[in-house]
Amino acid sequence: MVAQESHEHAAPQGFIRKYVFSLDHKVIGLQYYFLALTAVLVGMFLSLLMRIHVVWPNASLPLLGDIKPETYLSLVTMHGTIMVFFVLTTAPQGGFGNYILPIQIGAPDMAFPVLNMLSFWTTLVAYLVMLAAFFVVGGAPLHGWTGYAPLSALQSAGPGEGLGADLWITSIALFCVASLMGALNFITTTLDMRARGMSMMRMPLTCWSWFITAILGLLAFGVLLSAGILLLLDRNIGTSFFVPLGTVNGQLTGHKGGSPLLWQHLFWFFGHPEVYIAILPGMGVASQVLSTFSRKPIFGYKAMVYAMLSIGLLGFMVWGHHMFMSGMSPYSAFAFSVMTMAIGVPSAIKTFNWLGTLHKGRLRFQAPMLFAIGFVSLFVSGGLSGPFLAQPALDIPLHDTAFVPGHFHLIMGVAAIFGIFAATYYWFPKMFGRMMNERLARIHFFFTLIGTYCVFMPMHYLGLAGQPRRYSQLTELTYLHHLLPLNRFMTYAAVVTIAAQLVFLFNLFWSIFKGVKASDNPWEATTLEWTTATPPPHDNFAGHTPVVYNGPYEYSVPGAPRDYVMQSDPATVTAH
Amino acid sequence: MASFTPAVSAHHPTTSRRRDSGLPPGAGGGGDGRRPGSPDYRARLRRARLGLASALVSILMLFIAFTSAYIVRQGLPTLDPSTNKVVHDWIPVQLPTALFLFNTTVLLLSSVTIELARRQLVRQAALEPVASIPGVSLGKDRELPWLGMTIVLGLCFLTGQWLAWNDLASRGFYVATGPSSSFVYLLTGVHAVHLLGGVVALLVAGSTVLLHRPLESRRIVVDVTAWYWHFMALLWIYILALLEFAR
Repeated sequence: MVAQESHEHAAPQGFIRKYVFSLDHKVIGLQYYFLALTAVLVGMFLSLLMRIHVVWPNASLPLLGDIKPETYLSLVTMHGTIMVFFVLTTAPQGGFGNYILPIQIGAPDMAFPVLNMLSFWTTLVAYLVMLAAFFVVGGAPLHGWTGYAPLSALQSAGPGEGLGADLWITSIALFCVASLMGALNFITTTLDMRARGMSMMRMPLTCWSWFITAILGLLAFGVLLSAGILLLLDRNIGTSFFVPLGTVNGQLTGHKGGSPLLWQHLFWFFGHPEVYIAILPGMGVASQVLSTFSRKPIFGYKAMVYAMLSIGLLGFMVWGHHMFMSGMSPYSAFAFSVMTMAIGVPSAIKTFNWLGTLHKGRLRFQAPMLFAIGFVSLFVSGGLSGPFLAQPALDIPLHDTAFVPGHFHLIMGVAAIFGIFAATYYWFPKMFGRMMNERLARIHFFFTLIGTYCVFMPMHYLGLAGQPRRYSQLTELTYLHHLLPLNRFMTYAAVVTIAAQLVFLFNLFWSIFKGVKASDNPWEATTLEWTTATPPPHDNFAGHTPVVYNGPYEYSVPGAPRDYVMQSDPATVTAH
Repeated sequence: MASFTPAVSAHHPTTSRRRDSGLPPGAGGGGDGRRPGSPDYRARLRRARLGLASALVSILMLFIAFTSAYIVRQGLPTLDPSTNKVVHDWIPVQLPTALFLFNTTVLLLSSVTIELARRQLVRQAALEPVASIPGVSLGKDRELPWLGMTIVLGLCFLTGQWLAWNDLASRGFYVATGPSSSFVYLLTGVHAVHLLGGVVALLVAGSTVLLHRPLESRRIVVDVTAWYWHFMALLWIYILALLEFAR
């Protein structure tokens, strides 16, 4: 009776109900994960094409031929969109959040399983619609992942701005709806489905990060949806929300009075929280992994929670720092600048707490730990350029240079990806019942860490030297000629890094079938997912409802029989 | 389904070596609904309401974004190419106010009927155990079909909105005529789509018997839809006030 009340659906029998239209949060989580995996391969391939084009602009590629300037812009757009939405938003939250959150809080499933399934399938449709933009007349849109109007608002603005751009916006709108359904589910699950004894302040930091991410998504995606609707109306009905009076190819467009800045405000009101939607789950995973593999409680649990909350809150007040170039009043720019630099405070709290967790720990350098340390490293080196760009006086000269891609790739791109890798290596045994190969994981780690640094650190230098971003060819810019060797080096580094991902892919699929069998708790971790079978049964705890007695990171507890105390271990620990 | 009541341990799970321990039982986690003997229905209802509250927040954000766009767009000047002067292109739309007020009345009435439907189901649920006692009669069921009336009123409202759009169009205000008319169609249209969702939810609730769903599900759907419906009524009043007083 009790299991039934919270887990309304029985274990399904048929293949389709079990693996395709599944209501099980674990299956849906894996569906999200593999969706993101295909998306990251597409996005990575596009980035490879861009890197090749930047250094060999005249190269004719097999099957693709010459890359024209507009094709290059399509590559920029689709790389950014696919990576931000279908990888960085989908894998950490939809994938791991879906799979792990209910187990970690001791629930049999998400609060609304049907909504969960709908959310995944809407995301998949959005992804297919996005990919379809490659194959329509005119190809994929040119307007970048930020979709700035009026370029994105006029059908005649460029070759990809016809049907391709319509598909792009439709896909984004669908993605918004899917993310809202997901966010609603995460919030309700976290608030209402926690096991007995699992107070909010006993939740693992991963759960906190997914919960805060869901709140950010709930508040942000509605705004992007509204902007998308307005943009679709501008493009197809002839309204003028975003398009001012102007001409395209010498012809009046028929629009007048709209404001391109209105789009930027709406977009970045979503866009900045989106950055945290991508990185917060990585912070949660890093905290979890660093604590487990240092055999120490996380340093400053409450400070970590409040830091994440204040990052989330401040994240809604800083969107203007993406718009310093728009000619905004210096007073607003100053306010946005101060708020932005204020985010440095909770970010530093988190960093120091991670370092404090590592300090004097009995470190176990296994694959999840390596990637978590890599996450911290990238978070610091990518984050340090944030306060530069937060100042209008520095942002204005740097804004359209390679400095900005260098900054956001390190912190939002690669750091978040390292969070995903850490999560993959950490939870793989629970998900598939087997261990991933440690030696391949190390190869993967060192090549990826050094490779990504070699790709993205020089971008800061290129930016300071004045190399513009989004240019398809730099051959005409004579002042950049001496930087060509550095650009080539970055392309070689990108090729090596991408090759290292093949090692990961091989390890992933090989380990699913051939890896060493994993025990229920291979990392000797404390949270609830390690108390259940590997892989977990359909209702996660096989009819048993866990009861929580301890905080999430009870490692090296003095007087305890082992060096870790599970959250569900009854009170053997004496207060001291 | 083979399942059993978990053996909840006798001592409360309060021991931890940190200060965030000493929780009163029940304060931690959503354990309330799993108390043995407490009806499944209440836990499900609370969960559904929590989900709805989150959904309403996202809908609110959508309309806040539209409102800020409305205010920004209203204040924007534009260049008139024929005279080369900066002008304002915001032409106030003459709303079909009488029709809108009629629609408002219909919507508010439907808000009342859905509340009655919700309470009717709560009452039925409360009386269920009594009614099942043999020999006890609660008198003839002469309760009005509030749910059906709400669906009809909701469809009336949507039809009324359709007429209002026709009226606007007949006077030359189309979606793309000017920024003000775009917003009139946008706000009323997105609201109508949301209300249509409410009507669909009520149709689902009305056909639970046909769909072989338990009566409890029907009660939860009606309850959640009722709160949603009230929100839509408030939202409509807000939209009307915005269009009427901020043109």
